[in-house]
Formats: sequence, C-alpha cells, structure tokens
Amino acid sequence: MAATSMIGAAVKRREDPRFITGHGQYTDDIKLPGMVHMAILRSPYAHARIKSIDTSKAKAMAGVRAVYTGKDLEGKVGNMPPVFIIPDANFKTPAYPVIAIDTVRYTGDQVAVVVADSPAIARDALDQIDVDYEPLPVVVNEEEAVKPGAPQLHSDVPDNVLFHWKIAGGDPDAAFQNAEVVIKERFIQQRLIPNAMEPRSAVARWDPGTGELTIWHTTQNPHITRFVFSLLNGIPENKIRVISRDVGGGFGSKIDTYPSDVVAIFATRDLGLPVKWVEDRRENFVGTIHGRAQTQEAELAATRDGKITGVRVKSYANMGAYTSTGPAAGVPTWLFGLVVPGAYTIPNAQIEVIGAMTNTTPTSAYRGAGRPEASYLIERMVDRLAGELGMDPVELRRKNLIPADAFPYTSATGLVYDSGNYQAALDKALAMVGYDSFRQEQRQQRQQGKYVGIGFSTYMECCGLAPSRLMDDIGFQAGQWEVGTVRLLATGKAIVLTGTSPHGQGEETTFAQIVSDKLGLPIEDIEVVHGDTGAISMGWGTYGSRGNAVGGSAVYLATEKVLEKSKKLAAHLLEAAPEDIVAENGKFFVAGSPGKSFSIQDIALQANLAWNLPDGMAPGLEENSFFDPLNFVFPFGTHICVAEVDAETGETKILRYIAVDDCGVVINPTIVDGQIHGGIAQGIGQALYEHAIYDENGNLITGSMMDYVVPNARQIPFMELDRTVTPAPQTPHGAKGIGEAGTIASTQAVVNAVVDALAPLGIKNLDMPLTPERVWHAIQQARGGSNGH
Amino acid sequence: MYATDFAYHAPASLREVVALLQQGDPNGGEVKVLAGGQSLIPLLKLRMAAPAALVDLRNVAELRGISEEGDGVVIGAATTYFQTIDSPVVQRRCPLLVQAISQVGDPQVRARGTVGGSLAHADPAGDLPAVAVALDAELRAVGPNGQRTIAAKDFFVDLLTTSLDPAEVLTAVKFAATDRPHTGTSYQKHRHPASGYAVVGVAAVVMLNDDGTVQAARIGVTGAGAHAARASGVEQAIAGKTLDDATLTSAVASVTDGMELMSDTYASSEYRAHLARVLTKRALLDAAARAR
Ligand SMILES: Cc1cc2nc3c(=O)[nH]c(=O)nc-3n(C[C@H](O)[C@H](O)[C@H](O)COP(=O)(O)OP(=O)(O)OC[C@H]3O[C@@H](n4cnc5c(N)ncnc54)[C@H](O)[C@@H]3O)c2cc1C
Repeated sequence: MAATSMIGAAVKRREDPRFITGHGQYTDDIKLPGMVHMAILRSPYAHARIKSIDTSKAKAMAGVRAVYTGKDLEGKVGNMPPVFIIPDANFKTPAYPVIAIDTVRYTGDQVAVVVADSPAIARDALDQIDVDYEPLPVVVNEEEAVKPGAPQLHSDVPDNVLFHWKIAGGDPDAAFQNAEVVIKERFIQQRLIPNAMEPRSAVARWDPGTGELTIWHTTQNPHITRFVFSLLNGIPENKIRVISRDVGGGFGSKIDTYPSDVVAIFATRDLGLPVKWVEDRRENFVGTIHGRAQTQEAELAATRDGKITGVRVKSYANMGAYTSTGPAAGVPTWLFGLVVPGAYTIPNAQIEVIGAMTNTTPTSAYRGAGRPEASYLIERMVDRLAGELGMDPVELRRKNLIPADAFPYTSATGLVYDSGNYQAALDKALAMVGYDSFRQEQRQQRQQGKYVGIGFSTYMECCGLAPSRLMDDIGFQAGQWEVGTVRLLATGKAIVLTGTSPHGQGEETTFAQIVSDKLGLPIEDIEVVHGDTGAISMGWGTYGSRGNAVGGSAVYLATEKVLEKSKKLAAHLLEAAPEDIVAENGKFFVAGSPGKSFSIQDIALQANLAWNLPDGMAPGLEENSFFDPLNFVFPFGTHICVAEVDAETGETKILRYIAVDDCGVVINPTIVDGQIHGGIAQGIGQALYEHAIYDENGNLITGSMMDYVVPNARQIPFMELDRTVTPAPQTPHGAKGIGEAGTIASTQAVVNAVVDALAPLGIKNLDMPLTPERVWHAIQQARGGSNGH
Repeated sequence: MYATDFAYHAPASLREVVALLQQGDPNGGEVKVLAGGQSLIPLLKLRMAAPAALVDLRNVAELRGISEEGDGVVIGAATTYFQTIDSPVVQRRCPLLVQAISQVGDPQVRARGTVGGSLAHADPAGDLPAVAVALDAELRAVGPNGQRTIAAKDFFVDLLTTSLDPAEVLTAVKFAATDRPHTGTSYQKHRHPASGYAVVGVAAVVMLNDDGTVQAARIGVTGAGAHAARASGVEQAIAGKTLDDATLTSAVASVTDGMELMSDTYASSEYRAHLARVLTKRALLDAAARAR
C-alpha cells in the first residue's frame, strides 16, 4: 500500500486534456482512404405499408455507389434480436428487420440506405428515392395500444402486448384489505430522449484479404456488439474487431446495437470500400432509443400512524415499435419492479407491468433505466401519504426507512440490500438545509404570498449489474462479469486492459488510481486501454453503474496478483521469505530493513528479463483477474430540493439543491461529484423540462433542440454536495456505483418540492415535466378558475 | 445536415448586392442575402430553404456601424448584436436594445447575428422586432427602385414575412433614443427553455409626467402573435393614469387584442395571452421605475 493513498484522491481526469484540446478520437474523426458515406432514408409515417420503392433515380446519380432497400438485404443479414427476453411473461419476439421490408412502424424507421462518395451526395440521393406509402392507423400511447380495437403493429403480437410481467412478495392483497389508509395515484413517466453529445456513428472496413471486419463504432459495450454483428452479418466473432476509443456520452442509448451499424457492415463487404455513417441530430431524435415512457397506477397501504404495509403497482410500459437490441424489456420489468419498495421496510409488494408496442421509436435504457421510474413512484407516494396523514414527510420517512442494523436486508421483491445507513445520510442533508427552521420560514413566506416548498428523496438504488448467474433468471442474454489485466513492461510502465468501456465516466483516471495505489507506480506511468476488442479479451460494457463496481474490481484483483508476484520476486532477489516482504510506496524490502529495497520498476525489469527468477516462476509481470460478484451493489442517499413557484406565470425556480450520496468507498471525489452533478441535471431535466411528445399521427413534435429541452447551465442550480461512506461488502475496494444515482434520486425531490410549495392550494400531484403552463393551469384550477392577475 | 447546392457571392459594395439580387437566378430560383447566418444556415441545413444563390454581406463595410442622428441612433443592418450592445452610444441612448439583445440566444449567436438579419427574418419569437416596434424604428432599405424608409409598425406583416421586396436589402435601422427626462424602458421575456427565443417578449417605453402619471407609452409585443405588434390599446388605456395595480390589470387585458395568437406544445394561445398580460404589466412597472 502506498503511503499517500491514491484511493480517494481528487486526481484531475487524465482524459480531459485531449478532449478539450480537440484531440479526442471519436468515430467521426476516423478517415480512411477510399472511404464512402452512408445516409439513411427514414420513414415520414408512423405506420404505413410500403407499396413500392423506386431507387432508380438515386442509383443513377453521379457519385452514388449503392442503394439498398429491405428487400435487398432480406436473407443476407439477420433480423435485430432482442437481448432481454423476459421469462414467464408471455414474451413475444416480432421480427425487426434492419431495413423495413413491407411495413414501417414508426417515424424514423429505416426505409432505404444510400452509399455515395460524399455525405452530401448521399444526402441528395435520399431526396431522389420515391416511396409509395399507404398510411395505416397509428397508436402512440401505451394504454391505448393494448385496448381492444387499437391499431395492431405486429401480427404475432396480439393486442400489442409484448409481455405481461408480474412479481409479488409477502401478501399484498391482505395488506391492502387490512390497510387503515390506502393512497392511489397515477404517475406518467414521460418519454425522454437521451441526447448524448456525440451522435451515433460507425466506420466499417472489410478486409477482403483476411476476411476481417474492423468497425469503429459509438458503443458502450464493444464486445457485445461484436457478438451481435457476428450473428447478424455472418462473420465469425474472432474475425471482427470493434473499436470505440472515445465515445461522447451514451446515457444508455449506446448499449443497443442498431440496424444502421449492421447495414454499414453489409455495405463495406458488398462494396469492398470502407463505409462511414454519422447520424445527424435530427436523426438522433427519432433513430436512437428513447427512455422512460410508462403510465403507472400506484397504491400504497399504511396504518393511520404512518407505517407503510404494502405497495401495488400496475404499469404500462411503452416499448415503441420494436424490441431494441439492448436492455429494452428489462428496463420496465426487473430494473423497475425490484426496487419499487425503495428504502423502506415495506413487507408486501406487487408489481405488474404490461409492455405495449406502439408506433414510436423503440425504448430502452436511459440513465437509471427503470430505477428512476421506481424511485419517483415510491418517493412521490410517501409524500402523498404524508399529506394524507397530515404528517411531516421526514417523520414519515424516519418511521419507514430500513434501520442501519437491518443490513443485509431482504426486500419484499427478494433483493438483498448489501449495506446502508439511510438515517445518517438523511440527518446530514437535513442539517445542510437547516430543516429545523425551514417550516417556520415557509409559514412566513406563505403569509407573504410566496409559494416555497421543500422536497425529499431518501432514495436507494440497485446497480453494478453483475451476478452472471442471475442473468439467466431475469432473461438477459449476457454474462455480467468483468476481466482486468495489469501488465508491467520492462521499463516499469504499466498497461491496464479493461472490458469496461468508458464514454465520459473517467475510468482512465480511476482505474489508474486503483493500480497506482496498490503498486506505488506513478499514475502517469499507467495506461488504461479500453474500447478495443482487438486488445481486450472480453467485457460486458459500461451501463448499470457497473464500471467501477465490476470492471474496477477486476482491475483491483489483477493488481493484487501483480503485487503478490512482485513480492515473491523481491523476496527472491533479497534472499528473504515472501511473507517477510513489505511493499510500501513502490518499494519492496524486508520488514524492518527499508535500507535495502527494490522498486516496482526494478521488479518489472527483472520479471521481464527473467534472468534471475525463483524456480517455477513464469517470466513477465502480467496478471488477469475475473470478477463476478454474488450480488448487486446498493448506493443510497438523501436529496433535498427547495423550490419557489411564481404563481403568476407558473415558473419554478430551484432555490437550493442538496445531495448527500453514499456510493461506498470513493476512488476519486471529483469524478464522483461530476457523476452526481450530471445525474441531477438530467433528473431536473425530467422534472421540469424534457418531454418527447408525439402527435396522434405519430410525429415526434419535439424532435429538435429548438423544442426538446436539454437543460443547460442557465437552468441548473448550484448543487450542495456531501456524502456518507458505507463500504460495499462485496467489492474488493468497497466501492458501489454512482453513474446513475443522481438521476434516480433527483426528479422526485424537485416534484415533491413544487407540490409542497403548492400544498396550500390543495394541489396533490402534477404531471411532469412541470412546465410553467401546466403549473399555471393547476393553480388556476385549484383557485377555481379565476385567472389570477 | 447538408444544404442543397447553391452559388455563393460575397461582393464588397451595396451596389453589387442590389445588382445581384435584381439579376436573380437564371433558372428562377431564389437569391437570398446572408448576414450572420444564425437563422438562415439552420434553415439551409434542414433543407427548409433551398436558395439557388446566397449574397453574403460580410464584405460590405457600409452596412456596419453605429451613429447618432438627431433624436435617434442609426445602426447598420449588418452590425452584429455584440457590436450593438458594446457601443457606448447605444448603451447611453437606447438601453432597451442592450437589455433585449443581452437576452438573445447565447454568446455565439450574439457574436454573429445581426440587427438587420433579425428584423428581416421577422421570426415571430424574435426579440428585436418587439424592441423595434417600441422604439418606433425606421427601417431603411435599398432596392432596384432606390431607397425607402419603412416604419416598424408597418414592417412586420406576418409569420417570417416583412414588407421588404425580395430584391430589397435592409441597410440601416434608426431607433428612437430614450435618454430623455422621465423616460424609462424595459424588456421582459419568457424564454423558451429549449430555443431561448421569446415565448412572449414585451418591450416598453414609458414617459411620465412630473406628477408620476403616464404621459405616453409605446409597447411592442413579440412571440404572442404571428408577428411583432404594438399594443396600442394598452398604451391608450394607461395614458394620463397612475400605474396602480387596478389600472394596469384592466389596461393589459387588451394586450393581445387583434393578434392571431400562436399555440404550440410549450405554450397554448391561452397561456401566451396570459404571459403577454403579465409581462406587459411587469415591463410597464419596470420602465416606469426607471423613468423616475
Ligand atoms: C441557437 C440560436 C438561438 C437563438 N436565440 C434567439 C433568441 O433568443 N432571440 C432572437 O431574437 N433570436 C434568436 N436567434 C436568431 C438570431 O437572432 C438570428 O441571428 C437572427 O434572427 C438573424 O440574424 P442573422 O444576421 O443571423 O441573419 P441570417 O440568418 O443571415 O438571415 C436571416 C434572414 O434575413 C435575411 N437578411 C439578413 N440580412 C438582411 C438584410 N440586410 N436585408 C435583407 N434581408 C436580410 C436573410 O436573407 C434571411 O432570410 C437564435 C439563433 C440561434 C442559432
């Protein structure tokens, strides 16, 4: 162990200088000799039969290399497969062709693909393709879609029900029968658009000589996409190299493998030329997955004195027109349902979810993926219950929070919460906001006609997607382990290989810190290599806040092995027993005699030269470790929002935002804070601003940055952050995950604050986003229709 | 995001600009002036505009600059937002321009966007049109038939439509100065959270009498209707009155009279009308406070 610990050090992100000086290497930066460009014709209709497609004019244009339709690819590439196949849920698998063949099912569905000498020619050629559509009836809403008589999307998905999933624990029916109080509420988790800064793109190069495919690609999980490409394009997995070095954000939207990438691979093989495709922002709005989109009926059972006895949920999840090749159906089922009871000792729970197919862009994982929908539901319900009982929402929470001595805690849905101290986080946050005097001040402000409210979120979440053995039970067609490799070169420099595929999270820094801390190597001497299936044996990707919890753990264990071997070699060189060797600050010496030592660099050189190794020791200094933990990790914390509503215009202003988060042991506090900042910004986005709106014809009417509100610095308040540290018992470094917690925690804190602000008017619930007009209307209605000025 | 093909000209004189516009395109396509490009280039990229040729004003020095002219300030059409608000003359004599322009878009937009471009584009949610109306602007244009002046209230005709002829180019705009005794101005805007444009924006000039009553007021409203317009009804309703709550409330009731109210997913026509009333009230109160 190094004397100055790198664990917990606020090391500046090592990747940032190249990003902010324009030297990042994103997929669009790849330029290959002879490269041609692909553009996609997307359906202007949400539902239509394709009567005919005439590509002759486009094909005749100078510079156009090829035009492909669905029929051209039929039988030559496979259909997009679902990767989350929910068991025991009557799960359907409708065909999802890479290019629509005879029916388009959402605006943005792929209709034809052009490959041309320049992006501009490819774009021009799209205008020269004549498609004759016969419009069909459209359904966009999840509840409408499963009603009798609704337009049908797929002949093999009766009533548009993709799946019907249910879990229960305890005796929920009895809990509701015997309840002294029952609260019912309907929540709409509006559809959101991930909007990563870098749009999706791919550069595919076929090498006819070797039969190898190289694809530079915007993905969160290069090894998974390698597998899907192999399956769909019929190229052996060991002949495909996926490279995704710098990826400009994903938020879940780049977990999926998309039809566009499969077509680019088809095109490079067909033409024998490298093919580039870069999505534009408009395309990103319709052609990349969306998130959330649920309508939930929630019920809470409780005693009069505020003990919550049961929760029941029936949710309609909008899956869009196809099951995307990503987490898709896993999001509104397992990732949602399991955490509905939240941070509370609710003994009885039942969660039922109907997955509905609609004429909209497919939905899949968006930051938090299921857990924000659950934590919003339970945290809003707890506030509703407090209002109903006339109890302070903090007092009600205290009554129901899982006690610190109850961990590991088994929830009604069968999760085993690893560790926690929910009260400590709550206490800290309350002290920061000054809750003791808040209600008094609020009363005074109300007398002055001000609408100021406070909103709490004592959230927990479940992440670090891992136990591979559990994936089979929940239907995820993947393993969830990770492997880390730590290799020391003769010059004392280290290469760390990880299957984790950062796209903004900063693992080039944090993983180097883990290695540096253990070996005493300067961080500058450690190179973290990721995002290249040609260099890294395997990885299941970066999502579900698993980067550090799983990938970082594998690196940690591999480093430990390197340290063990180094000690053995040092012992040999120092003519001592390995157990007598002390490793400190990058020096190896016999306990009590630090005067005579070998440095880690000396050891690396000796191991690589192998001139003088102990008998039986293999040359080199390189170790691999696999990590597949037995459980998820469970971060938690308390977020508090103080907000004021301008009753005249309905505008919400966040006055204070406080977040106390616990993600176990912190490797790098700056990076953790950054993850929380970004997560809260997106959570506030959902609460106040973001909404993907479809009209009844299935047109996405908020399909641009002019209409869809991605909040910017002007709209995001200063955040007061602090943390508690409750180590994770199942990861070797004690870290949990923090990638999604901010998003999972924050939305309901904001909405709870606004509802609290408007409580004197009798307002109990508001649909998101809380746009000024919506809030204004609610105020008007509450005041009985007087127009308030 | 690739525009259709177009010819590109960047002449050095106004005379050449007018000649190019007059000549037009041999195939009958559209020939458009390019100023800061902050509205036109997005339209080109989205292929919502597909002109045959662009005439860029970047080299035309005579279209830039700020000068004082009697009771007003004259700003060259191709003067950027930043040049405008950085001008001490504008700051002293037309603070309303500074207050409004500071709320336009973001720094990149203000660095490139121009006063003339904003007015010629006549975006129904643009900020500057409201100010032009409130500051009684005179818009100067040159075309094949020579020079003419158009009053702001007659300039904005409809959605993205002005009374400029396609072959005319805006050369300069004269804004009435407000650095006079007992005169105050204010711009109040409800910013669209995504685009930054005005959902509703209200520009007000208030001149008070010695006793604090309103001598006269000019109010320009943008965002509510299809084009920026004067709220003459409100102006008349407050003339001679003290701006107390009752007077204001009844006066602003008519602010959107005669406007064809816009509606979208962010703000219905009902909410736009409400915002127009609230913001008019706030603009008048703020302007009156500054007039004192
Ligand atoms: C991200 C973003 C945010 C924005 N936010 C706002 C906002 O909050 N408020 C706001 O008001 N605006 C906003 N805008 C628009 C901005 O103000 C534009 O700059 C302005 O509307 C157009 O000015 P321009 O010089 O860029 O004109 P251009 O885009 O070059 O031209 C616009 C139109 O005017 C014509 N034109 C230009 N100059 C002349 C001339 N001298 N004579 C005749 N015709 C001419 C052109 O032919 C074209 O039709 C925003 C723009 C962007 C990109």
